[in-house]
Amino acid sequence: MDMSRYVLPFEECDLSMVNRVGGKCASLGELLKARIPVPPGFAVTTAAYDRFLEENGLTRRILERISGIDAEDVDAVDAASTDIRAWIEAGTISEPLEDMIAENYRLLSRRARMPGIPVAVRSSATAEDLPDASFAGQQDTFLWVRGVDDLLARCKQCWSSLFTPRAIAYRGRMGFDHAQVKLSVAVQKMVRSFTAGVMFTINPATGDPATVVIDSNWGYGESVVSGEVTPDQFHVNKITMEVTKKTVSDKAIYYTTDPETDQVMKLEVDPERREAQSLLEPEITGLAELAKRIEKHYGKPMDIEWATEKSLPYKGEIYILQSRPETVWSQKKREPIEQPKSSAVEYIMAGLIKGKKVG
Amino acid sequence: MSDLRFPSPHEAERIPGTEGWERMYPYYYRFTADDPKRKQYEESMFWFYDGLHYPEPMYPFDIIWDEAWFLALSQYNNRIFIVPPAKGIDHRIHNGYIYITPVPVTDAEAIPKRAEEFMKRAGYYYENWDKLHDNWESKMKEVINKLAELQIPVPPEKEDDSVVFDGIGTSTGYHLLKAYDKLIDLGILAWQYHFEFLNLGYAAYVFFVDFCQKAFPDIPLQKITQMVGGIDVIIYRPDEELKKLARLSIDLGVDDIAMNGDSAKVLKGMAESDNGKKWLAAFEKAREPWFYVSTGTGWYHHDRCWNDDLDIPLSAMKIYIEKLRKGESVDRPTQQVIEERDKLTEGYRNLLTSDEDRATFDKMLATARTVFPYVENHLFYVEHWFHSLFWNKIREVAAILKDHKFIEDIEDIWYMSRQEIKDALWDLVTAWATGSDGRGPLVWPKEIAWRKGVMEKFRQWTPPDGMGTIPETISEPFTIVLWGITSESMAQWARLKAVAEGDLDKIVGFPGSPGIVEGIVRVCRTVQEINQLQDGEILVAPTTSPSWAPAFQKIKAAITDVGGVMCHAAIVCREYGLPAVVGTGSATSRLKTGQKIRVDGSKGEIDIILEES
Repeated sequence: MDMSRYVLPFEECDLSMVNRVGGKCASLGELLKARIPVPPGFAVTTAAYDRFLEENGLTRRILERISGIDAEDVDAVDAASTDIRAWIEAGTISEPLEDMIAENYRLLSRRARMPGIPVAVRSSATAEDLPDASFAGQQDTFLWVRGVDDLLARCKQCWSSLFTPRAIAYRGRMGFDHAQVKLSVAVQKMVRSFTAGVMFTINPATGDPATVVIDSNWGYGESVVSGEVTPDQFHVNKITMEVTKKTVSDKAIYYTTDPETDQVMKLEVDPERREAQSLLEPEITGLAELAKRIEKHYGKPMDIEWATEKSLPYKGEIYILQSRPETVWSQKKREPIEQPKSSAVEYIMAGLIKGKKVG
Repeated sequence: MSDLRFPSPHEAERIPGTEGWERMYPYYYRFTADDPKRKQYEESMFWFYDGLHYPEPMYPFDIIWDEAWFLALSQYNNRIFIVPPAKGIDHRIHNGYIYITPVPVTDAEAIPKRAEEFMKRAGYYYENWDKLHDNWESKMKEVINKLAELQIPVPPEKEDDSVVFDGIGTSTGYHLLKAYDKLIDLGILAWQYHFEFLNLGYAAYVFFVDFCQKAFPDIPLQKITQMVGGIDVIIYRPDEELKKLARLSIDLGVDDIAMNGDSAKVLKGMAESDNGKKWLAAFEKAREPWFYVSTGTGWYHHDRCWNDDLDIPLSAMKIYIEKLRKGESVDRPTQQVIEERDKLTEGYRNLLTSDEDRATFDKMLATARTVFPYVENHLFYVEHWFHSLFWNKIREVAAILKDHKFIEDIEDIWYMSRQEIKDALWDLVTAWATGSDGRGPLVWPKEIAWRKGVMEKFRQWTPPDGMGTIPETISEPFTIVLWGITSESMAQWARLKAVAEGDLDKIVGFPGSPGIVEGIVRVCRTVQEINQLQDGEILVAPTTSPSWAPAFQKIKAAITDVGGVMCHAAIVCREYGLPAVVGTGSATSRLKTGQKIRVDGSKGEIDIILEES
């Protein structure tokens, strides 16, 4: 059996494979091509998802359960979702499929020289399932997953997330075929993040393409992504690489792994760290450098999740966890900044006549 | 903006004990409620304090330059180039402080017609910039030459024989009056030329700034000026001459003499050897015209130039000799500046997303770069070279008034207006001719003593930033670039005020050059004090000019009371990569030498960290 059909290391993923590995894994593969530091991992492909459904007799069963449901009937959608998600999560991953996933997980452990390496398990949706970026963010993410059994269970949970009430209703409304919807799962080595967050290769507030904006908090980036804290914010001028703005916020909570329970927990930030700056100057500029490279690779403004490694003292251990095209400014219709004119004096006169707003 | 209210100019505070101050200045400079139409006009306009040029109250004589640019700037906007939406800039004075307001074209229908004229006239100047500029330079040099050659004749006891035997037919009294008229006339003429290119230069620059700010909403003004800034600008020339002289003294082995610092000893010492004489020859050559660089902005009579006090350049030159002896470089980091400028330009240009935008950027950048050297260079010709000579010519007139007991001290002349001096000279020459006593000695010493008291009271008073009504838009290019009157700056004024009234450990100004440093304060009120600077200190000065250049070799950052992003301190700091906060209004009075402070040149903020280090 061809293993690469079902499981594919990030290194082998690229944007041409969105249908097989989903947007997230494809994007991570692209980042690796651009030599961006991405924590290693692999994609459990849509073929694996198909095979799992087939082997558990779920392909037809799910379609039958959904067919005829009115997308606006909340109760009916909820009930179908509950059933389907229970079936998927109770399904059995067959031995060959389990072997392939386990083999790749062990490879990851060996690469990291750490048995039972903690991984993050995330849904990696295919293009037709992505109505907008915010919807993609709704899909499940499981942090600090350890061991094969846990990993397999989380894979099934990811798959089942295709059938949340919201997803069912959305596809129903849009007339998308439920049978065509596929999901890949990204399994990525966990970064023990000291600080993490998001960054934009354009200032999301002003649209200035010369500014990288970095949001950061202690611990995992989830506190920033979810909006549970007001993060620290740093602005970097892409051309001069000067840090042009620093806003250090009062950061109340953060996510980390409890060493005793080995579980991800939300904790209160120690008082002395709440208003401390969560990134050092070289880290800020290091991140901005990566942002520039990622934007250049994609040729468009990007929105990036990143983390810095906890176990090491600072030495540029920055990782990019995922990146996707920025949606707000990129979708604005682009007009010339000034209507083209033939001579300088025409521009100057047009500017003079417009004047400067004062009041 | 709604929280920003300015008082009506007719209700502005009056200072007890200064009643009658208005007679010190031209009658048309007064705010007046006498006439309902003029009152209504004055109330409807937005008058802002021109603190950029006038950090201290106006001397009755020094207002001559204000009158000169009142006329010149306005005529070029409104009568010569016909700037479509902007007429001139109107002027008033209150408690000795100048208030100005841009006058807009209010008839919307007049604008297209004006635009047509502007296209033709301004278009001609932009297209023929270099040729016209060369012409300007020779005109300007001619005015300066005439000024330098102008003789101020001293009325003698008895006219020379030649008056009779050559059949001249006029007296020295007449020639003194004529020379004074000529002197004033040359001053006004120099200021006519001053604005020949400036309005158009600023307009081109404003447009480029506007374009950059639309394309890059976060772009600091600093970066834009860096992109258009010239490399071979005259502002650096006097300092370059000093460096050359420092090098030459070492090459000729006369650097020990040069290190003396005291000008009389240096000049005497140099004259004693052949190599010294060679150095002296080079020194004399550099003085004309480069040592006419003023130690201030040149706007006030007390801004003296290097030629007025050779101790200033010679003691500054010691800094360069010391550095050269240690094998350190004193050169401007020109290569770096060019590289930085190119990197910025290319960086921003590459971030533009369409060919149209790049084409506009290229066209406007090229125009801004064409006009910018003039914007920077005219200052040396007019405010430094011409003014320095001019003030001294007026001092020659003052010496005559003093001889005739019209004034007690030469420096008292600045308390008389140019018209009053003319009257006093009539009084003087008629009395001289007649052999009677002039009335001047009975009038002027008393009046001047009173005026000095009034000026002192003006100095203690803080002029409000603005008066009258804030307009919705401003189109006048100078108002935008030079005074930076925009909604942001109004908000900044409100902030400056709030900070000044609140946090005592914080001083706010305009971001002149980026970077953050901590260091020890050295307050230098005049250029003579820059010798006290220790390496790595932070210079705090009222303002700086090219004659302060040697100071920038030693300091870590600069702070000024007066100036915007285009002022000397900001330009030089950007070149040397030092942080600068400019236009703080009060740094020299609020900071003390020895304090430890933190300067944030990107934000324009200063924090006092330690009172005594």
